[in-house]
Amino acid sequence: MSARNRLSRWLWLANHKDAGAAYLVLAAAMFLVGSSLSLVIRSELFAPGIQVVDPAVYNQLVTLHGLIMIFGGIMAAFVGFANMMLPAMLGAPGLWAKRASGPVFWMLPVAFALLLVTPFIGGAPQTGWTMYPPLIMQTGPALPVFIGAVCLTTVSGFASSANILATIVRCRAPGMAMLRMPLFAWTWVVTAFLIMAVMPVLAGTMLMLGADRFLGTGFFGGPDGSALLYQHLFWTFGHPEVYIMVLPAFGLVSTIIPSFARKRLFGYSSMVYATLSIGLLSFIVWSHHMFTTGQPLAAELFFMFSTMIISVPTGVKVFNWVATMWRGAMTFEAPMLFATAFVVMFMIGGFSGLMSSLAPVDFQYHDTYFVVAHFHYVLVPGSIFSMVAALYYWMPKWTGVMYSEALARIHFWWSMVTINLLFFPMHFLGLAGMPRRIADYTTQFTDFNQVISIAAGAFFAGQLIFVFNMARSLARRGPAAPARPWEGARGLEWTLASPWPRETFATPPRIAPEELAKPD
Amino acid sequence: MSVSAGRWFALAVLAVCAPAHADWQMNLSPGATAMTRQVWDLHTAMLVICALTAGGVVAVMAWSIVRHRKSRGARPADFHESIGIEIAWTVLPFLVLAAIAIPAASTLVTLYDTDNADVTIQVTGHQWLWEYRYPEAGVHFYSRLADSSRAAELGIDGAAPDQLAHYLRDVDKPLVVPVHAKIKLEITSADVIHSWWVPALGGKKDAIPGRVNKKWFRADTVGTYRGQCAELCGRGHAFMPIVVKVVSKADYLAWLQQQGGQGPAAADLPDAPADFDALARRDTLNREQAMTLGKHVYKTLCAACHQRDGAGLDAAGYPALTGSDVATGPIAEHIRQVIYGKNAMPAFGGQLSNAEIAAVVTYERNALGNSVGDQATTADVEGQR
Ligand code: HEM
Ligand SMILES: [Cu+2]
Ligand SMILES: [Cu+2]
Repeated sequence: MSARNRLSRWLWLANHKDAGAAYLVLAAAMFLVGSSLSLVIRSELFAPGIQVVDPAVYNQLVTLHGLIMIFGGIMAAFVGFANMMLPAMLGAPGLWAKRASGPVFWMLPVAFALLLVTPFIGGAPQTGWTMYPPLIMQTGPALPVFIGAVCLTTVSGFASSANILATIVRCRAPGMAMLRMPLFAWTWVVTAFLIMAVMPVLAGTMLMLGADRFLGTGFFGGPDGSALLYQHLFWTFGHPEVYIMVLPAFGLVSTIIPSFARKRLFGYSSMVYATLSIGLLSFIVWSHHMFTTGQPLAAELFFMFSTMIISVPTGVKVFNWVATMWRGAMTFEAPMLFATAFVVMFMIGGFSGLMSSLAPVDFQYHDTYFVVAHFHYVLVPGSIFSMVAALYYWMPKWTGVMYSEALARIHFWWSMVTINLLFFPMHFLGLAGMPRRIADYTTQFTDFNQVISIAAGAFFAGQLIFVFNMARSLARRGPAAPARPWEGARGLEWTLASPWPRETFATPPRIAPEELAKPD
Repeated sequence: MSVSAGRWFALAVLAVCAPAHADWQMNLSPGATAMTRQVWDLHTAMLVICALTAGGVVAVMAWSIVRHRKSRGARPADFHESIGIEIAWTVLPFLVLAAIAIPAASTLVTLYDTDNADVTIQVTGHQWLWEYRYPEAGVHFYSRLADSSRAAELGIDGAAPDQLAHYLRDVDKPLVVPVHAKIKLEITSADVIHSWWVPALGGKKDAIPGRVNKKWFRADTVGTYRGQCAELCGRGHAFMPIVVKVVSKADYLAWLQQQGGQGPAAADLPDAPADFDALARRDTLNREQAMTLGKHVYKTLCAACHQRDGAGLDAAGYPALTGSDVATGPIAEHIRQVIYGKNAMPAFGGQLSNAEIAAVVTYERNALGNSVGDQATTADVEGQR
């Protein structure tokens, strides 16, 4: 291939596998950057007193860690899996708008580069990823750069979702009816809808912040404005956002568990309806992030009840996964190990969320490490474990070689132990009264913080095993993978050779009923 | 994870972690007010529900993981739907949640009721200190991180956090409030958003510029309670602690005077609520105890007919007690009527203890406009049973 062709290949990313790979590489880099930031945070928190970074820098690290992990890590990775797998799973040659992928993707590296320079041009906001005014207005010259970066990610997110949604709706092979397609596609239907609904809200809110700063408007302060208005707008985006970060994970796990239980997904239809109702309900619970802002009693009650209700369809999903395992014929290769761990640990995060839904009790939990534990359980052993499972699951298809199962087992058990030592004690700290986002703490909290910091380093180090194992596959080292390396796996992607060819399903495949997620 | 499993986990963790700090804590504390205990109960109830459900799910899963393995010769079953089960596990959680939503809602309603406060204090958050103003008493001051903590944070002159009893949880001037009184805080901010939080006295409430948020608490034990700002407010966020000293009524009034403020009349501050159950079990009651318990019994049982002020309700045939023959006549007859009832009046002998009957009789004869002066004893009551 000529240099020119190579350039246009990576510029336009017209091949969905190239696009998927680009997103996944970006996400891997962002996970590395974001966790490095968290390791600095953890070293500061190893002992009381200020040892490593000034509190002003600490606050910036918290902001960047959150934003990088959310937009650069989790969201980019799920878009990557969608680009890479959805066309193959649905029997399409590529995405609906092929050459849109490139420009949409390339906005992201630019956005994250901008985010990461803000500390060096006067300082990133010291607000955490929630970016609340009036505090964010104390940011220096970096503010417009920061706002621009966030807006870029929203534009990119909106456009990539539109493309994914169009692909699912318009590009399925004949016979792949909506109610027969893999759950990963269904969860992406709802995710794309959520992203397209809330990214404009976030962008608008950011622009209002910019207007307050540069045009003298007073949306979020002054005589006519209100700091609370910002919070309502932010969480109108923010709560659907948390489901954006977990619905695709539900899809991945719902695809992987049946493969290794050698049994079809239990309650396919109820899974679809649960996903839809979670998507809808996620728009009417935002204010549970604002229980302590002194909103009126009626609002407080409404958001408490709606939040409790949203846990019901989420529970249904967990029950369905367990019922899928029930009386299957299970084997526990790495994808299944991580999918199983996902179910248990996501459930822990779900329960701490349910506990926080009780408004009068949340007055105690809110803004403490209990909440930090909650969202890390749903995001790390939740969303991220689903991605790890998916990488182990599909890597043989992509590279044509099997990863090392022995290393994968070590990786799994090491991660399980260290991640619980890392995040479980955060519950105790929060209940004992340690607020989140503090650079220094009273001596009573020392012990658990030391356990957490050591476990953070250990968890991080353990991921090197994973990186090595995947790098080995990417270098084509290892035993050759058959077309269908997992005995119970169904789906069109497994009808392709391993490694799969660069162009697939140029002509729509004939779909055998047993490849469908729901045959009848 | 259940509480006790969590405790074992923590012990195991602490065993390998030196030096362990003595006062670590891993659960919510029940706190120092009736409301924090109510919240603690909700927390515990929800924790137990969650732990049991999680335990059930994990148990089923573990069973399946052990038994339904290909390596044990399991053959996959064919079912992949069951309307009955699916409806059950949608409806059941819903009912459980409804059951806990009701007490949670009622707790919330109480927490939102800031009326009838005994003391009002205006709290203003600043980067990075708290300002307190007692508008009724005319007292006003700022409360900052204690110098000792500042020195330890920066390691000045060899100072270190471990040398302090309350590193980052100590201030130069604490907030002082009287015990048993309903304290209302009117919370706002002068700059960015802060949040006022002392866990033992209740949940946090945000301090938002341009807005006054109200919160109340009623401490039932004298003591010093510590907390800190709970909303990220910039560089000094970890360094704006809150210390509240809950003191006796007398100490509070003395403190106000020392601050140059005028206190309310001592009588305007409430006393400790009596422990009626303990009084009801006593064998002897002094006059004051009898009147306290008697008033309580009268309000809960007798006032429904005889009215709160003892005026009765003629139209319904409920006689007045003020100046009545029974309430100002021979005491033995009075006691007899409470124990055994008369016409429309029910017999209370079964549901009230001797102390309660003695107390309510004493109360009726010496309050409600009567002043007979005598007192019924538990022995008098026992003698008529
Ligand atoms: C090595 C793994 C990780 C460690 C040790 C870690 C640690 C931390 C720490 C110490 C904080 C600051 C807590 C505070 O004071 O508020 C934090 C915040 C946060 N983390 Fe992580 N984290 C990890 C992975 C992740 C991942 C994978 C995500 C994915 C989304 C994530 C999302 C967040 C978010 C959203 C916040 C809140 C940021 C904010 O307050 O604005 N973390 N994390
Ligand atoms: Cu939420
Ligand atoms: Cu603060």
